[in-house]
Amino acid sequence: MPEEKAQGAGREAQGKEEGARDKGVGKDGGENPVPLSASPLEPSSLAPCALRPAPCRIGVFICHCGSNIGGIVDVPAVVEYASRLKDVVHAERNLYTCADDGLTAIKTAISKHGLNRVLVASCTPRTHAPLFRRTCEAAGLNQYLFEFVNLREHCSWVHMREPARATEKAKALVKMGVARARLLERQEEPVLDIEPAAMVLGGGVAGLSAALSIANQGFPVHLVEREPELGGMAARLHRISPTYRNAREVVGPVAEAVSAHPDIRLHMPATMTDLSGYIGNFEVTLSTGEKFRVGSIVVATGADELRPDGLYGWGQLKNVVTQMELERLMAAGPFTRPKSVVMIQCAGSRGQKVSYCSKRCCFTAIKNAILLKEESPDTEVHILHNEIHVYGVAFEKEYRRAQELGVRFSRYSPEKPSVSEQNGRLNVNFYDEGLRRERDLPADLVVLSTPLVARPEAEELSKMLKVPLGQDRFFFEAHVKLRPVDFATDGIFICGTAKGPTNIGECVEQALGAASRAAIPLAKGRVRVEAITSRVNTDTCRGCGRCESECDYHAISLVPVNDAFGNRLVARVNEGLCKGCGKCSSICCNRSISLRHFTTPQIMAMVEAALEEG
Amino acid sequence: MEAESPSGVAGKAAPGFEPKIVAFCCNWCSYAGADLTGVSRMQYSPNIRIIRVMCSGRIEPNFVLRALELGADGVLVAGCHIGDCHYISGNKEAEKQIARTARLLEILGVDKRRLRLEWISASEGQKFANTVNAFTKEVRELGPAGYGRK
Repeated sequence: MPEEKAQGAGREAQGKEEGARDKGVGKDGGENPVPLSASPLEPSSLAPCALRPAPCRIGVFICHCGSNIGGIVDVPAVVEYASRLKDVVHAERNLYTCADDGLTAIKTAISKHGLNRVLVASCTPRTHAPLFRRTCEAAGLNQYLFEFVNLREHCSWVHMREPARATEKAKALVKMGVARARLLERQEEPVLDIEPAAMVLGGGVAGLSAALSIANQGFPVHLVEREPELGGMAARLHRISPTYRNAREVVGPVAEAVSAHPDIRLHMPATMTDLSGYIGNFEVTLSTGEKFRVGSIVVATGADELRPDGLYGWGQLKNVVTQMELERLMAAGPFTRPKSVVMIQCAGSRGQKVSYCSKRCCFTAIKNAILLKEESPDTEVHILHNEIHVYGVAFEKEYRRAQELGVRFSRYSPEKPSVSEQNGRLNVNFYDEGLRRERDLPADLVVLSTPLVARPEAEELSKMLKVPLGQDRFFFEAHVKLRPVDFATDGIFICGTAKGPTNIGECVEQALGAASRAAIPLAKGRVRVEAITSRVNTDTCRGCGRCESECDYHAISLVPVNDAFGNRLVARVNEGLCKGCGKCSSICCNRSISLRHFTTPQIMAMVEAALEEG
Repeated sequence: MEAESPSGVAGKAAPGFEPKIVAFCCNWCSYAGADLTGVSRMQYSPNIRIIRVMCSGRIEPNFVLRALELGADGVLVAGCHIGDCHYISGNKEAEKQIARTARLLEILGVDKRRLRLEWISASEGQKFANTVNAFTKEVRELGPAGYGRK
């Protein structure tokens, strides 16, 4: 088996490397020769001290990532190269460094070789750094003494046709990583107290579910809704797919439970007008003038249905409506059943007004077609689509059921259909992919399946919360797969259609996810935050205030000190507010402020290593 | 086993000039954009060495000058699009810093085209590949910068 072979080769190479070092071969310059058989080091030698730094003992772990890296980059050659770099006392390769045996290899090497720096060269730090950092901590090595080199996304995957140059680049990247690793310093993460309360923005089905869940976990919740009533978009629907229960029967009890909950305080109609602070200590001001403090925030502000202005005669021709308008019509009670209904899918989405698929419109159309058919079997219902997206167990059944009830599905392409009025009746013209010809369908009612779009207020809210919006102006989560309800900003979470189109069930799933994420810091009472913050050298700071005025987070203030240099002002960083961008350290006139973990010497060392020959 | 195969084959390509390019990428947009380039298997020239910083606003003129002094033929700075900065306005600071650095390069008689600032979002993998390829090509045509210490 190729994998076993690679592992076997790995072990063999590892044995050879250790043998080489024992003989004193392969260490450049031979300065600080450290015998590998040295007795276990005292704990103090694991932590470099500022006055007398312990010698660097770097361990390098190079990942094959199966054949992802190993298939392009000559990993054994990179390991051999790394083992000759200054201060590298151990270098090995792993089939998968992130797998259990890889992580065990790191832990073992830390104790066996007395490593005080660990470098993993594998994939991207954006997904895997937390895993390796935890592994280092578990083995007693401060997580800030870990360095990550990206050999997959930034090397093997992008130079697949140039293995020799990819290997050369991999060596350079490892050398740059080793250069930075030497200068890494241990950091202690600040611990902050948490205000044990949460705020939920939005009283739709997502916001209600999140508020209820947090409150049921025992934490007070401030629920802020901009409309005078709860329920959001879901409450305006008719029946909910796939159970066909009345929307009010589904949403109503949740809204009532929220209203009656002793730990939920409703603020409505109200909006947030100001926010300051950070995880654990957000200070909120509402349009009503109320102010309160919360430890975490859930954003569930929902989305709007696209107004299809100028599309398919909507707003100009009578009896052209959106699915939402049809639902309101059906919810209002029996209306004159039209003889022929044509629904147009992807109306305004997938390249028309927005680029994305709104995900729920296929279910909605099928649901409403079934309702129309069941109440009035003689009504002809025709769904014109580009392709039907009904994923999952329940919805596929509904698609079948619609077909059995006689709903017709026709695929249009490549152009979207057009709607006109002919002799007092609507006519839908489209190219039928199945029949391979142009067709005209007369209709009494044309229903447009329009997408959900981001609310315009999201823009202002994102600035207030200091969280990003994506290209389609929906809120943008920290990681699409691994952190789906987190924002990159600590203590703020996202759920529901504010993040992008979803159906009600998924909204609730996300809401419960966001609620449990938001409750974690509240339950802990204290939170550790990243130690990547700025620090001031008060001996050299001249108190010019440039960093204070440039900091977007108001994390820096000038404070008076009276010391050996006299009575003067110096900059002080509030670590709770500092987000670690490092802007202050790049603009400081005399380098008195520096960003931890991204110091100028660390970055310069990488520049130097990148350009050094050999 | 594929992992074993490419050791030492081919050696250096044509004897032509291969520029050395140092890139500074912000963690949230352009570094993530470069990750997407990889995930999408888009190919680009291997002349580039990426250094990750949390924000493009962290990049000092000195980083650029030092890179050129040590023999870089081009320096690429990449950050989030204006308005998309994870740190609100760090990229606006980067814009100012890079403009200042470009003026410094002019005074020093260095071709300004050796320094390039680009906004590349986390979803613009293709743009990252295109940028690197275009910049590598441009720097290759400019020839060696020749400021490297001998």
